[in-house]
Parts: sequence; C-alpha cells; structure tokens
Amino acid sequence: MKLSENWLREWVDPAADAAALAAKLTMAGLECAVEPLAAELPQGVVVARILSLVPHPTADRLRVCEVDAGTGAPLRIVCGAPNARQGMLAPAALPGARLPGGVEIRTAELRGVASSGMLCSASELGLAEKSDGLLELDAGAVPGTPIEQHLGLRDRLLDLDLTPNRGDCLSIAGLAREVGALYALAPTPPPQPAPAVSISRAVPVVVEDAQGCPHYVGRVVSGLDPAARTPDWMRERLRRGGIRAIHPVVDVTNYVLLELGQPMHGFDCTRLKGPIRVRRAAGGERLALLNEQTIELAPQDLLIADDSGPLVLAGVMGGTASGVTAGTTEVFLESACFDPVTVAASGRRHKLLSDSRHRFERGVDPALQRRALERATGLIQQICGGQAGPVVEAGTAPAHAAAVRLRHSQVERLLGYAIPAADIPPLLALLGIATHAVGEGEWLAQVPTHRYDLRIEADLVEEVARIYGYDRIPARAYRAALAPFAAAETRRPADAIKDLLVARGYQEVVTYSFVDPRLQQRLDPGSAAIALDNPIADTMSVMRTSLWSGLLGTWLYNRQRQRQRARLFELGACYTRAGGAVAETRRLGGLVAGTVRPEQWGEAPREADFYDVKADLAALIGGDADGIRYVPARHAALHPGRSARILRGDAELGWLGALHPQLARELDCPETVYLFELDADAAGRCVLPAPAPISGFPSSRRDCSFVVREQVTAESLVEVARAAGGSLLKHAFVFAVYRGAGLPEGCKSVSLGLIFQDYYRTLQDDEVDAVVGEITARVSTQLGASLRG
Amino acid sequence: MSTDPNLDELTRRAEAEIEAAADARALEQLRVELLGKKGRVTELLKQLGGMAPEQRKAFGERVNRVKESLAGALERKAAAVAAAELAHKLAAEAIDVSLPGRGEAVGALHPVTRTIRRVERIFASMGFETVEGPEIEDDWHNFQALNIPESHPARAMQDTFYVFNGARLLRTHTSPVQVRTMQARKPPIRIVCPGRVYRVDFDRTHSPMFHQVEGLYIAEDVGLADLKHDLQQFLSLFFEREVEALFRPSYFPFVEPGADVHMRWHAPGQEPRWLELLGCGVVHPNVLQAVGIDPERYSGYAFGMGVERLAMLRYGVDDLRLFFENDLRFLEQFK
Repeated sequence: MKLSENWLREWVDPAADAAALAAKLTMAGLECAVEPLAAELPQGVVVARILSLVPHPTADRLRVCEVDAGTGAPLRIVCGAPNARQGMLAPAALPGARLPGGVEIRTAELRGVASSGMLCSASELGLAEKSDGLLELDAGAVPGTPIEQHLGLRDRLLDLDLTPNRGDCLSIAGLAREVGALYALAPTPPPQPAPAVSISRAVPVVVEDAQGCPHYVGRVVSGLDPAARTPDWMRERLRRGGIRAIHPVVDVTNYVLLELGQPMHGFDCTRLKGPIRVRRAAGGERLALLNEQTIELAPQDLLIADDSGPLVLAGVMGGTASGVTAGTTEVFLESACFDPVTVAASGRRHKLLSDSRHRFERGVDPALQRRALERATGLIQQICGGQAGPVVEAGTAPAHAAAVRLRHSQVERLLGYAIPAADIPPLLALLGIATHAVGEGEWLAQVPTHRYDLRIEADLVEEVARIYGYDRIPARAYRAALAPFAAAETRRPADAIKDLLVARGYQEVVTYSFVDPRLQQRLDPGSAAIALDNPIADTMSVMRTSLWSGLLGTWLYNRQRQRQRARLFELGACYTRAGGAVAETRRLGGLVAGTVRPEQWGEAPREADFYDVKADLAALIGGDADGIRYVPARHAALHPGRSARILRGDAELGWLGALHPQLARELDCPETVYLFELDADAAGRCVLPAPAPISGFPSSRRDCSFVVREQVTAESLVEVARAAGGSLLKHAFVFAVYRGAGLPEGCKSVSLGLIFQDYYRTLQDDEVDAVVGEITARVSTQLGASLRG
Repeated sequence: MSTDPNLDELTRRAEAEIEAAADARALEQLRVELLGKKGRVTELLKQLGGMAPEQRKAFGERVNRVKESLAGALERKAAAVAAAELAHKLAAEAIDVSLPGRGEAVGALHPVTRTIRRVERIFASMGFETVEGPEIEDDWHNFQALNIPESHPARAMQDTFYVFNGARLLRTHTSPVQVRTMQARKPPIRIVCPGRVYRVDFDRTHSPMFHQVEGLYIAEDVGLADLKHDLQQFLSLFFEREVEALFRPSYFPFVEPGADVHMRWHAPGQEPRWLELLGCGVVHPNVLQAVGIDPERYSGYAFGMGVERLAMLRYGVDDLRLFFENDLRFLEQFK
C-alpha cells in the first residue's frame, strides 16, 4: 500500500524526515520504504485556461487555442488533444519549461502556426503511465499557478508492506495512530461535523446473517449534482494511493477507504427495488460484477441483495446493475462490517482481488462504520451538494475488543528479559490500550476495537516488546541442559552415503520433485503417480515415482552442453499413490554415462559397464558375501539383457541396468547409460561389525576353471562351491571369465579362486584335494560344469 | 717396499688391471685370476717350499701384504662400480612426476546439501538434532496446527500445490515436521528440520521447489532473548565472521512475538545494506495447545530459513535457478 506522506503529516507530524520515519516504522514491524512521487517533477508548467480554440488551418487533428496562463496576455498554443474545449483548465508548459524525461519546451511552429508552449496530459507530466488527453484541472484553479503547487507535487510516497495481522494500519488514520504511538504524539483528524439530516428518505436494511455482517449502516443522499467533478486534491490523493478517479461518489468512498480504512459502497438509489438484504446466496444465483465478469454464486457467498436479486458480493466487489453512473442523482451509501472468513472465502472462491477484500479479510475496525458514513456523506455534499437522509442501522458496533489478562511474569518468560513492570502500562497506553492492575504484576488490558488482532496474552507481550524495541532486549547465553544424542550405528546416514559416492567420482544433483508425466510413464509405467491439482507447467505436473526422469533430464541437459561423461546421483523422496494414501520413500538414484574414467594419459578409454557400476554399489551395500544378489529381471526403462533387481535376502533393494536402447533412441541419447536406484533407507542399513578371530595357520589356494553353459550364472557356481566346500572353504571368488576358442559352443569358462583354511592347524594337501574334488563333483551334477583341462 | 722386482711388477700390473675393470664381472674374473686358488699371487706362495726358512718367512710376509693390498683394491673398485651401476639404474628409472595421477576424480556435493550440512552441524553443536518428515502433507499439519486457519490471508490458494483434489498438499514449509515431533516427543525438544518445500511461484527469484531449515526449541522458560542469542551465534559461525544482526518485529501465525532477522551485508563494490535473512519468533500458544504441550509450563522459539538464500550469500551465487538446472559446470565448482 502506498500513501502520500503529506497526507499522513496532516494527521500526525513527527519531527523526523521521511527516511527516519520509515526506518522507525520498519523497526516497529511495519515495513516501510520511501519513494519519490515521480522520477522527476515538471518545471515551468502552470495552470492555464483555454479561452477559445479554432481548427488548425492545415492539420485536421490539431487545434489552435488561445490560453490564459496567468502571463497577462493570452498565449497561442497548438494542441492535438481530443478533450480540449473552451473554458477547460489544463496544465501548460510554457517556453523554457522542462518536462520529466528531459523534454524542453520552446516556441515552435506546428504546421505553420507558432505555438508558445504545450498543453499537457498527465503522462507528459510524469503523473500517469499513459493518458488519453489533457489533464483536466479544477474549474476554480487559478491560471498561472505552478502545477506542482496546485497538485501538491512536493510529496513522497510511503510504501508499506504490512503483515496480514496489521490490517488496522491500512489507512491514513491507522498509520497515524501507529506513528503517534511510536513518537508519543496524538493524531489530529480533519474536522468533520456530522452532516445534518434534511430528508426522511431511507432504504430499509435487513441483515439476515448477523454472523456474516455484525454491523451495517447506510443512508440516502439525494439531489446530487450529476455534473460535479471530483476536486484535484482528492484525485491526487487517490492517485498516490493507487486508485483512479471514476465518479465523485465512488471517489469519495475510495477516499474514505484510504483515509479511515473502511471499505464502502454506493448504490444508485433509483436502481434499488425494495429493502436491502444482507444474506447468503441461493442456489443458481448469478452476479455481473464491476470487473465485467459474471460469477456463479455459491451458497456460502454473502450478498447484498434487493428484491431483484444479488447486487454486491459482500466486502469483495459490487455489481453493475446497482452501481452509480454519470447521471446518478441519489445514492444509498453502505458502510458495513463483514466477517473476515466469509469475505476471504468468497474472494478466494471467485479469484477476485480488491482493496475492499484486502481490508475485510484482514479485519476492519468493527466500530468504524458510522464514522466512515458521516465522513463520506460530508465529502459527497462538499463535492456534489445534496441532502442527507437518516442513518439506517442493523446490528451494533462493539465499544471495545475483549479485555486481555497480562502478567508481568509472562512478559519476562516469553521475552527472556524483565522489562520493568512499571514501564508496561505506559508502553501499552501509547497504543491506546488501557490497563488496570488486578494483582501484583498483573493487569487487565482493554484493547481498542481497531486492534482486533490482539486477543491473547502473547499478543500483548509482542506489543510491549515492539514498542519497547526488540533491539533493546539483550541476548541471553545458553542455559540448556546437555541432551546428547547419537544415531544408530546400524544406519548409515545419508551424509555418509553421499560422501562415499562423491569419493567414487559421483556428482550430486538436486532435481524437481515434479516431473514430466510422459517421460515418467515411459520409465516407470508400473507406479501410480500423484498428479498435482495445480501444476505450474505440463512438464512439471506429476510427482516423481523414480529419480530416473530427473537424472536423465540432467544428463540430457549436460550432454547438450558438450559433456561426454557423467556420474550423477540424487538422494531424495519419491511418491506413489497407494489407494487414497501417499507412499513416500527416500530413494538413491544414479546415472553413469560415457567412459569409466575421466580421459587420461595412463589408461586406454573404456565405456563404463554394468560391472563398474555394480562395484560402486558394492561399496555402498556390500556384495554376495553380505547377502546381496543381482537377479536378471525386466524393467520398462532398462535393457532386458542388462538389468537386474537387487535383493538383500528376499527384500528388494532396487535396480541396476542399462537404459533401454529404444528409449535411448527416443531421448536422442546415443551413449550407453547405466541407471541404478535403491531404497535409500534399506541401502543405509548395515550390521554392527563382529570380526571373527584370525587363524594363525597358513591358508591354501586352489584355482579351478569350470566350463559351464552360458545360462549358468557365476553366482550359482560360487554358491554351489560354497555349499560343497564346507567350513574349510573360507573364500570363493571369480577371478576370470573366458569365452572363445577351445570351448564348446554356448559355453564359457569361469575360474574360481578357492581359499582353504583351518583355524587350529595347517591343512594337508590331500585334505584340500578332497574338498576340491567334492566341489568339482557337486558343480558337475548340479550345474553341468566340467573342469577345464 | 719390496726388494723383489718380480713381486713389484706383479703388483703394479694387477693394480692397473683392477683400475681398468669395467664392471662387477670383470672384477670378479680379476679376483679369481689374482687371488683364486690358481691365481697369480697364490702361485707365488707355492715357491715358498723351495726356500730357506729365514727367506721363507720374509717372502711369505711380502706376498701376504701384496695379497691384502690387492684384495683391498678389488673391494674398493667393486664398491665404486656398484655405486656407478646404481646411479645409472636410478637415472634410467626417473619418471615425469608432473604427469597427472591415474584413476577416478572425485565428485561433489550439491551446494544445497553442503549448506544444509553446515547449518545442521552448527546447530548440532548447540544440541539440535536433525529430524525429517513427509513432503506430501495434510492441511492440519501444514496449516491448522500452526495457527493458520482456513480463512487466513497468509494462505492464498495460489501459494500451495495441492494433490488428491485438495485433500493433500505439498508442504509449504518444513514446520509440519516440528508439529509431528512435538506430538511425538515431550519437551525439552531441540530440533532442526531441513528439507524440500513447495510454493506455486516461478520466476527469477522464486522456485516452485526450494529448501528450508527450520529449528525449534521447546523447554521450560525459553524466550526471545534466547532466540536472539542462538541465531546470532549461528550466523556468526555460518559466515565465519562477527555478523551484525537485527531483529525486527514481524508476523507469522505460528509465533508471537514474531521477528524477521536481517543481517548487515557487505557485497563487494556495494554499500553495506540490511538483508532479510530469516523469520522466527516465540512459539504461539495455539501451536503448543494443538500438539498437546501446556503453554503455561513450556515455551519455546522457532525459526526458518531458506537454504538457497544462505547458499547464494555464502558462495556469491546471484541466480536461484542455477541450483536446479544442475549444469555440471556449475556444480563441479563445489568440490
């Protein structure tokens, strides 16, 4: 919200410049910045009256005006504005004038006619973004008056960014109250005599929903001059508050909104049928709004209606059917207090923003309505004349908000600092909060109606601290008792998992949790994805069920930027739908593309393969000795012959495999890409080390090469060997795999290293030979393996 | 020394031959030729048998002296040859130590992770435990329990991502983790809650997903003065210098009194200015009541900060989008 500094200073004028005032407000929790009214003020521009005007002899769109600019003799100025007319007052930039943006005005010839200056629009003076014609000025303005004096342009804007609890400061009056409290000054509102009631005309008001509208006042003002024009001083204040002048009645209600903070509405009396009713909407009702939008009303919407139907969406926006127009001579003014929840809900439901909604949903002083009505009546009479009818009232205005108990002990407890008890009542008094003691260090605080945000003791504690100054509350050093904590040693923390991958050359990435549903469908068709109700883009519209779309996206992004190799990982949540519930699991995903190592002088480059990535995973989750198994399995995203489910015991830990070549082609990704994904929590589970004693006797090694069919997995060979080897076989591992010459078609040779050892003695060769014989026999019968000669 | 011209001649020749020996093999051959069983010096001793006893003694002594002298010469020459051979071998084995090492290079953590870690560790040293929680939340945990009723202006529809036709939402802050922790534990509670949060906002300075670390400390008798101290400590530790911090009154529905923390920021080449860094305050009694903690007995503070904002300040990054583009040229600089 922006407000004129000069306007505020009419109410309260602390001995502080705008910057100091803004800083003071900011430190009191009302963020305030100071802005110049315009980047530059016009110089040498004065009020002028168009005495006469005739068409330009040679240019259709131009006219030649005789102008009184207070210079003695009339000036001749050529003007192209369509709204120029005889008798009109407008700003004139005289020769030598300088307009914002650096335009200098000189006597010039326009299509053969000399022009002693220029009549100006608002935009030419830097007062508007764009304008249609000359800036019309008050009929009573005095020609020759400098424009900055007439319009009061020596002003600044106070730009307030208020927190939602301080709706009470969304007006000059409210801001003046706060400034008054901060500088210990009493604001002085402009004098406003209550207008005399001179007619009896009244529109009855029936409030059917007192919860939605606890207080409503209204009155008729008749006999308005339809030709009346809102004076420049009011137009300027509205403009500085961000509101365009439209019609004197509307302008006055807006002015009162800015001045007092009470949103009001003016109806054209002649367009009302029967009494005003404040009620909830009935089924199927519609309302054509002032923003030219027609809405379908919901039963929760609160309305101002008459016998013809809905007129206004209460507290949010008026309708076209009953609003004032250029010819209006009789208005019904409404000043009401609406329930914040109801207004907020309607505003949200229909996606309508307005100054009125902004204030009502934050709360409007429930005791303000009559004062605002009297003020608006007075201003309308001042501008448009007319006679006021009696005030019609429904509901009551409370005298004050609830009394709140405040204990000094709580001030000390919540602040951690004892502001002296004697200081507290005077601090609150600055805010208009009266206190009376009800015991030792305990008060009952009477909160004024405009501070409806102060409801509980903690609210008052904040007020005390705020006015006292947060900066004056000293920091208090640690006093807490030690409460040590440690994570379980059988859980590898995410940090350790990440560090391990980083040490193995992986780069961590962080990708969005919402992904492109089409890509995800290709990568993980089996999972039920959760779609966002309100995504910001189609490509970010479903929650990820797997980390692979983000990782692949990252790889594609980088390979388009000349990257030829990557090792990426991400650790984060994935989300799937399980009935109506959400299953959220933390997953660890990785992508490997390009060569196994960075390009270097000492090694021939080699594309990374399944086993390179498997070794990285082994570093994380262990290998076959730890019960980890890789089982050939099909996955929509993976190459069917190069993919595996990873199991620990029978529990699935995740997947490893090459990106399916078909998908790779579709994604325009010619390199072989390996992907893995693990359940991060399961992967982080580990056992507490329990080392076995080390034998003091030497071990014996035997190497055996077995010829097996291609389908026989290395793992099964090792498993059978282990089972056959018994307790003397300490370790069995594959050290070579051979395919090619010398082997039968469809067979491979797998070489096992077998390490034998006994804890208590040195093994004799014949004992070892016997076990090797047993192993050879068992792999032969179970797997069809034969010893390679 | 000698009076025997033959012996002298033999010694001279032998010494010259030793000196001329090229390598260990030649030396060994010489040693055998001179001092071996059939060597030239050994042969001389065979003459002893035909000598008179007095001659014999003198001659024997002379021959032995020659033998010792030649053995010494052989040994010295052998050592010299070995040293020369070693020097030659070492020179031949020299490598170019400037060539890079072989193998894998290290990767790097994402700057967000790095920042969260730093925040966590500082607070861990103050006794705050890290707690995490779900990102898809319900209205109660994300809003209502935090004193943000349905009609609250702080809850504009456009800010929150919803799923299941509004039945669930993507958490807009990590505060629901605080709520869940307060429900599950008894005070004293000291936790920090890092994680992803979501808001419907996407432009140069807003990302629909970003990270927060929120903190909570609930115990008997915790107030604004403790919050000021602990956050001041944190900022100074995080930025590794004495940070000038300012606490300004502000409003968040879940705290009362509430504050914004601003820090004095000296960007290179710019006037120092106050930067808004985080929001905090004393936990609102309605929040404590909602989770079943007696606000008359316990009080506490809470704070929340944007991780990307901290990272941007710490590392001098000026575009938020860099954190989520995952351009390796950017990320690799965080090694």
